[in-house]
Amino acid sequence: MDNVIRVQTPGALLARGGIYAALIFMAVVYLAPLLVMLLTSVKTLEDIRAGNLLSLPREITFQPWLHAWSEACTGIRCEGIGGYVWNSVQIVVPAVVISTAIGALNGYALTKWRFKGQEWVFGMLLFGCFIPFQVILLPMAQTLGWLGLGSTTTGLVLVHVVYGIAFTTLFFRNYYVNVPDELIAAAKLDGAGFFRIFLRILLPVSTPIIVVTVIWQFTQVWNDFLFGVAYSSHETQPVTVALNNVVNSTTGVREYNVDMAAAMIAALPTLLVYVLAGKYFVRGLTAGSVKG
Amino acid sequence: MNTRASVQPRAGHLFAPNSASRVRRNGAYWLQAWLPKLVLAPSVAAALFFVYGFMLWTFVLSLTNSRMLPSYEFVGFAQYARLLSNDRWLVASTNLVIFGALFIAICLAIGIVLAILLDQRIRHEGAIRTIYLYPMALSFIVTGVAWKWILNPGLGIQQVVRDWGWESFTFDWLVNPDMAVYTLVIAGVWQASGFVMALFLAGLRAVDDSIIKAAQLDGASLPRIYWRVVLPCLRPVLFSAVMILAHIAIKSFDLVVALTGGGPGYASDLPATFMYDFSFSRSQIGMGAASAMMMLAGVLAIIVPYLYSELRSRDRG
Repeated sequence: MDNVIRVQTPGALLARGGIYAALIFMAVVYLAPLLVMLLTSVKTLEDIRAGNLLSLPREITFQPWLHAWSEACTGIRCEGIGGYVWNSVQIVVPAVVISTAIGALNGYALTKWRFKGQEWVFGMLLFGCFIPFQVILLPMAQTLGWLGLGSTTTGLVLVHVVYGIAFTTLFFRNYYVNVPDELIAAAKLDGAGFFRIFLRILLPVSTPIIVVTVIWQFTQVWNDFLFGVAYSSHETQPVTVALNNVVNSTTGVREYNVDMAAAMIAALPTLLVYVLAGKYFVRGLTAGSVKG
Repeated sequence: MNTRASVQPRAGHLFAPNSASRVRRNGAYWLQAWLPKLVLAPSVAAALFFVYGFMLWTFVLSLTNSRMLPSYEFVGFAQYARLLSNDRWLVASTNLVIFGALFIAICLAIGIVLAILLDQRIRHEGAIRTIYLYPMALSFIVTGVAWKWILNPGLGIQQVVRDWGWESFTFDWLVNPDMAVYTLVIAGVWQASGFVMALFLAGLRAVDDSIIKAAQLDGASLPRIYWRVVLPCLRPVLFSAVMILAHIAIKSFDLVVALTGGGPGYASDLPATFMYDFSFSRSQIGMGAASAMMMLAGVLAIIVPYLYSELRSRDRG
């Protein structure tokens, strides 16, 4: 730990002050857009027009939030984005649960049971992490149509599960590789079967990786826009698509405060998860990159 | 590793007192041997169909003259020829090079500097780190909406600076066709640079302290130690970061849609928005498919050397 300036000379103190100044300045830069959004979302339209981004409101109003939730126009309809938040929940919950469960079983089968071609199977699943989704967009649209799942919530769940498995499998595989094999070998000798070993030995130690995977998938699916805009209708679109429609619908006066309130509503769930479980969020982000 | 492989298959034969139970055991043994494969089978089948099959399907579509609906009248590589002579595609791919290069370079610069500064035993490091990284939790749509508001010339930053007394200050990149693509860089860097910081900070923490001590004993200054000794150890992290950032850049779709809408005109289009527009709005499925294949080729050009070097280094290690 000696890679640190320790000597308290004036020069060193100055350098240390400079480091803190730079770090705090950057913190302000990162925070500013969020604060500006929040500030704008509680201003009246008159206040917005009279001032600028940073000017404080003369009166604080929560009207824009209510308006964004239940009245803002997404295209032709003006019912707010509240209903679309519910759509997102209906997509996110099953998609996260199913893809995480499959990923856990895959990761277990890939690490604790040896069979020929194992590395190949992992490699071919892993490739799904890397493709740009544009390359599957058109065939998926047609397949969903054939399955009768076009523009449905179920269809979007299917899409998110199918393309989430690559990531969830990667997470669980990299975690289970480090679980000692002795326990499993002993259980096998005792005659414990595939699922019993998973439930009794692997699952009890899996809490951290389950949290990482759930958070990762939750963030991915909640923030998704591409699949949402391609495979949903007005009734089933997720909140990101609705938000974009609110902001880019051209009818009437631009209500910046409502736009910002809607953006905050769409951002709150993932922000909340990040604040509550930031450690696990970071682990998910780095899991795919630090280990292969 | 070998011990494990030899223990497992023998387990079924360890005790076999009579033939009836041996049959039963063999059945159970057979099932146990196949269960891992059965569990993996649906995922493998899904990958074969939804990933590899669909890639092939898109490639087939790119060879047809499909317009509003897929047709299977083959026209060879005509769609690629049309694509490459399409002005909008040229703008989109040029934009990707500009956006990608700047986005990656600036994210790396900011991320590395912040990681090194944070590595100096900073008080409240956790809180500061949280602040740097939170944009990564946001949807690109939210990021786009926020920056669209901040950068709008009427009431945004331009107005703030003018209100501070610099009356002639102009910052109209959002509506300036020559500059719109740089607003994507600003918003993208804001969102992803904290992530690079997190990657490098984790890397810095993993560097062996004794190397640094040795360099300090040699009388090297701190910046010099970082530049000459520590950063070269982080080459794998750099590699990962570049790969992930390049990946984000190529896939960037939502950010463009929310921030600039590809405009003014199509000045800030990227291949991802081009592909979506031609496939779903302009009824040019053949050309949309061709552009998707070009994107895939771009990703492969980055991923394959990366995976190759990863595998090679693992073989050596």
